[in-house]
Amino acid sequence: MKIPLRFVVPALVFAALVGFFIVGLRLNPGEIQSPLIGKPAPAFSIESLGDPARQVGSADFPGKPWLLNVWATWCAGCREEHETLLAIASENRVPLMGLNWRDDRALALGWLDQLGNPYVSVAFDPDGSTAIDWGVYGAPETFLVGADGLVLRKHIGPLTMAVWERDFVPLLAPAGEG
Amino acid sequence: MIPEIGHFALVLSLLLAISQAVFSLGGAARGHTGWMAAGRSAVVGQFVFVTVAFGALTYAFVQRDFSVLYVATNSNSQLPLLFRVAAVWGAHEGSLLLWSLCLAGWSLAVTAFSTSLDAPFRSRVIGILGLISIGFQLFMLMTSNPFERLVPAASEGQDLNPLLQDFALAIHPPILYLGYVGFAVAFAFACATLLEGRLDAAWARWTRPWTLAAWMFLTVGIALGSWWAYYELGWGGWWFWDPVENASFMPWLAGTALIHSLAVTEKRGLFKSWTLLLAVTAFSLSLLGTFLVRSGVLISVHAFATDPARGIFILGFLVAVIGGALLLYAWRAPRLKSAAGFEITSRESFLLFNNAFLVAALGLILLGTLYPLFMDALELGKVSVGPPYFELVFLVPMLPLLTLLGVGMHAAWKRGLLGSARTRLLSIAAAAIVIALIAGAAVYGEIRPLTTIGFALALWVMGSSLAIVVVRLRTRLPIPGAVLGMVIAHFGIGLSTLGITGVQSFKIEQDVALAVGDAATVGGYDFRLTALKDVQGPNYLAVEGEVVVSRNGEPVTTLHPQKRLYNSGGNAMTEAGIEVGAGRDLFAALGDDLGQGRWSLRLQYKPLIRYIWLGALLIALGGGIAALDRRYRRSVVARDAVTAAAAAAGTQ
Repeated sequence: MKIPLRFVVPALVFAALVGFFIVGLRLNPGEIQSPLIGKPAPAFSIESLGDPARQVGSADFPGKPWLLNVWATWCAGCREEHETLLAIASENRVPLMGLNWRDDRALALGWLDQLGNPYVSVAFDPDGSTAIDWGVYGAPETFLVGADGLVLRKHIGPLTMAVWERDFVPLLAPAGEG
Repeated sequence: MIPEIGHFALVLSLLLAISQAVFSLGGAARGHTGWMAAGRSAVVGQFVFVTVAFGALTYAFVQRDFSVLYVATNSNSQLPLLFRVAAVWGAHEGSLLLWSLCLAGWSLAVTAFSTSLDAPFRSRVIGILGLISIGFQLFMLMTSNPFERLVPAASEGQDLNPLLQDFALAIHPPILYLGYVGFAVAFAFACATLLEGRLDAAWARWTRPWTLAAWMFLTVGIALGSWWAYYELGWGGWWFWDPVENASFMPWLAGTALIHSLAVTEKRGLFKSWTLLLAVTAFSLSLLGTFLVRSGVLISVHAFATDPARGIFILGFLVAVIGGALLLYAWRAPRLKSAAGFEITSRESFLLFNNAFLVAALGLILLGTLYPLFMDALELGKVSVGPPYFELVFLVPMLPLLTLLGVGMHAAWKRGLLGSARTRLLSIAAAAIVIALIAGAAVYGEIRPLTTIGFALALWVMGSSLAIVVVRLRTRLPIPGAVLGMVIAHFGIGLSTLGITGVQSFKIEQDVALAVGDAATVGGYDFRLTALKDVQGPNYLAVEGEVVVSRNGEPVTTLHPQKRLYNSGGNAMTEAGIEVGAGRDLFAALGDDLGQGRWSLRLQYKPLIRYIWLGALLIALGGGIAALDRRYRRSVVARDAVTAAAAAAGTQ
């Protein structure tokens, strides 16, 4: 039986759409880069989580690349990425600063005590004012700041070793080895 | 324990969905009555267990069980009860559960109200609904389990997205989903017809009330979403052509075309394969909307849950359901013949135009929505398509559509004569144009071409709708539900057009910086910021402005716009202060603290905006009344079937 073309057209149009969707799924348009990329890291100097008398901030690692990881004890994704952070810290490649966001000091210190502390220092931001400057809209988020003080990369959501190796390590190589 | 019961109920309902599909389709194919009965029982069981699962999740929210990941992520101990319940569908996993519940509900309703259909056909419909259930429940269990535990349990939840902590948005998803999922019924009817390879007037008559009901819910859902965006997003806009809005609007356009084409198929036995294609399309676009929103293929302010792994699953599901249905269509539809012809000014012809324009609008909106994806996929750069495109491509088919609508309602089936209606319609048209010109000039002080066209079309459609009632009353003809529903819905279309024209033509929006005591004038109204104070809500802190509005020194109203900071963090939320009026809305939204006691405020004067939503509600009401028409009720259908059979026997 010969099928008139006009009855096949809807299926063909749909097949073409599916082709585009398959390509589209790989593209990940959610990967809109933060407007901060390529711009100087927003400066801050706020009290340390462990010691309210000490100030920690964006000027702590002059001339060196560093990571800023936004976390909180109420954030399930932060718990998920904690092992990854510990592994990254143990590589000793780049210092990791924590930004404890909208959290309780005692809970946060307990968390680090219990799970291990990957951070060189942790800034305490209970009202989220520093996080706003960094354009944080959820935890966890991780920023890589280059030796020149420019933001090189932002990752939204739990960090995994795969993401770290793919998106972050290549950006470190020229500074670290070259 | 309760979450585990919910999880278990979900697994059971998946198994029941599988039996529903297998026994119903298998039973229909083999003519096995017992299997078909088993399929129907599975529908009931599935509904029961999905309800149990839904109840378990609701219970977890109400009890603040933060050992459930989904509850901990989407609620908070300070969240009021109403929003703890609404939080059940506040994010991805729960939305899917709600979707499944809606589908199970529709399946149950179809099973209960379809006893007069012949058994194999009825079973095929039920079986196809079962296949769709399987897809959704597998999706949930494999990628998005709402009952996943959080170990160790959180002591406090993160909170529901503050944007969603609002009454209209609490009820928006269930109503919208009832619409989306309701199209599954028309889809299942279409697929069952294609499987059987025959289509008669009874098919269209059966499909109509279900389609109308789904379409009614979708209409209300879209209107609620639009209303919410207006007062909650702080921009005072009512439609943004955002991909998610388009995702709900496209099935609506397809559904609108479908209810009109079903009328022709029922009354005249025409457009058969086209009607089937529309039934498949309406539900396909509902699924496509889900895919677009949930997969992250398109970016949108609404996309609160995106995940490529889920995207791949939904895409596979889309290919199976839509691809399968379209292949079935290509294979079987050529057999369906529409024999009769009709004249150019007959009602069939007007409904054909209706379909052509609606589908044109649909196609252009689909193109605009997916265009960024096409460009990105072809590596032609990242582009975005905005309101200027959509407004133009929507307007172009809508103008002729509304013009013809007024005539089409009065046209007779088959015959090409408007007869006495001609004079009547000409006078309505003349009156509409004259009033539009006068109103534009008198009320708003100017005559603009597009505004006049908009007002004239609105009045034309409303007048022509009312004329139907007047004529019927005068000639003592009965007004059945279908006609009354049509009149009300079309009157609503006119009313919405009136509102849209008024707002788009004469709105005034102004952003100002005011300190306490300062005033600004917008549209002849003086907005004076008289006070600012802090307000403590259940789970937020707000700054509330007091804006006294006066006109020519006479006080009009006092608005209380708020800027809320939720305890759970995130961006500040805007609660606009709005004075609702028959002729206009006055709108004030608090912006940012500019320092030194000055605040930015967005002040707006929105003429006729209420009529957009009032019109939409009338459209939905019309759909509901038409769906309840006597003709669709079981006994009537059965009696008519007997009459038809007797007539058929008589002609042989």
